[in-house]
Amino acid sequence: MLTPAEHPVAVGIGLKPRHVRQILTEGAQLDFFEVHAENYMVPGGPYLRHLGQIRERFALSIHGVGLSIGGAGPLDPTHLDRLDRLLRRFEPQWFSEHLAWSSHGGAFYNDLLPVPYDRSSLTRVCDHIDQVQERLGRRLLLENPSTYLEFAASTLDEGSFLAQVVRRTGCGLLLDVNNAYVSAVNHGHDPWDLIAALPRSAVGEIHLAGFAEDRDGAGDRLLIDTHGAPVAEAVWELYRRTLAHLGPRPTLIERDQAIPPLETLVAEATKARSDLEAAAFGAREAA
Amino acid sequence: MSVPADDLGAFAAALLDPERPPPPGLATWNGSDPALRFAVYRNNVAVSLVEALADTFPVTRELVGAPFFEAMARGFITTGPPRSAMLTEYGDAFPEFIADFAPAACLPYLPDLAWLERRRVQAYHAADVEVLGGADLAVHLATPDRLPGTRLTLHPSLAVIASRHAICSLWAAHQGEGQIESVDPTRPESALILRQGDQVLVLPIPEAAAAFIAGLAASAPLGESAAAATDRDPSFDLAQALALLIRQGGIAAWHAPRDPHP
Repeated sequence: MLTPAEHPVAVGIGLKPRHVRQILTEGAQLDFFEVHAENYMVPGGPYLRHLGQIRERFALSIHGVGLSIGGAGPLDPTHLDRLDRLLRRFEPQWFSEHLAWSSHGGAFYNDLLPVPYDRSSLTRVCDHIDQVQERLGRRLLLENPSTYLEFAASTLDEGSFLAQVVRRTGCGLLLDVNNAYVSAVNHGHDPWDLIAALPRSAVGEIHLAGFAEDRDGAGDRLLIDTHGAPVAEAVWELYRRTLAHLGPRPTLIERDQAIPPLETLVAEATKARSDLEAAAFGAREAA
Repeated sequence: MSVPADDLGAFAAALLDPERPPPPGLATWNGSDPALRFAVYRNNVAVSLVEALADTFPVTRELVGAPFFEAMARGFITTGPPRSAMLTEYGDAFPEFIADFAPAACLPYLPDLAWLERRRVQAYHAADVEVLGGADLAVHLATPDRLPGTRLTLHPSLAVIASRHAICSLWAAHQGEGQIESVDPTRPESALILRQGDQVLVLPIPEAAAAFIAGLAASAPLGESAAAATDRDPSFDLAQALALLIRQGGIAAWHAPRDPHP
């Protein structure tokens, strides 16, 4: 029998401290929770205790936001050690990080900053992922970013870049469908170009989230990845098309701003579950 | 080719400095000005770090108001972005920045109050250890001649702050306890900060007790710590101060003078 985490029809949400008590007393119709690794790299206290209690009842995804895999400098060995301790303590089903950088020259910027898609970046990112996977002894899922700018130095599109990283390092992918949509609108592409370029079997998890809408200097749409709104209808459509293409994949609803009651997030996850079940049914029919 | 690494350096430098132009080498699909898009990153960085500070310093923020707090926090961020991706570690230097922040000089209690809030966050995430109760300590308290040379290991979450301002009352008034109007901010107060279960307590304690506990926290023996407290206040009561520590679960280990590992 597959555990919930191994089952591709699995849904989860980001764990918020304000929801923990309710989840532990009432339960939740979810298969897994995801936490940001850095919030739990603390010596002790309620966060770690609560996560242990959640972990006894649900599968877990640990999602790093501070490793700076796309950074110009070497990875921070202290950060890797802390990550290793956290992963060993909670043994999550998934561990993921971003194709982005957040630190430079010892300063941490707390944002996922864009990487030029060229050969030297590719070498650097692959070296860092090799180092991470070797140090942690587990597979990393690399997430495609939301970006607002491109680099003149880029010679590869994002999908080819990610496909090369997977081929060279053996890492998996966390496909953030919202990020795919946001970046595509922001750079005048078709989001399907990215998704179709990814090696299907590498995609181990999907993220869905909401964005905010702005305009750039030319008056064109500029979408901001806020994690502060429900998943947009265009992103749900892209998600269903993605599931038809990949088959079902464990799916997470992300919300970090304007956090609604637990029930609202569970309802969004349930919507993802019905799409996943439809995709699983479609895959069986086709087989 | 080292161009991307250089690009990221210029990118990073421009993130926190609005006077700098955006880094070279940026592109947009529609030929629009990349500066407007770069501003999204600049804003993300500033807003997220201001939010991180607002999470740690909620009462400081309430006391000065959100716009003032944001201006002060943005100033702090440009002087010292975080050195670690663990934002729970960010903000140790913020109270000192507030002390030097001229527009906040009219609120002389603000730096100590901010320090109290910073200490609360540290206490919340401090290591978990077993504490000693009255029954564990009865045997030690029964041999008072050994007390002066005894050292204590305090709970990792424990901190004391001795302030010339009413930091406990000001903090409590912002937790819905007591009336802000009745607080005299110029009254000196000392705070004992300690985690119990999921809660971090802020207990007002006498200044002499704060001196005593600060001595113990710095690994001074009981006798020396009590003498420092008596210097502050001749009526300092050692038994009462010890009882407070025991009752609140502040003692993690007791090292009588002949213990090999003080």
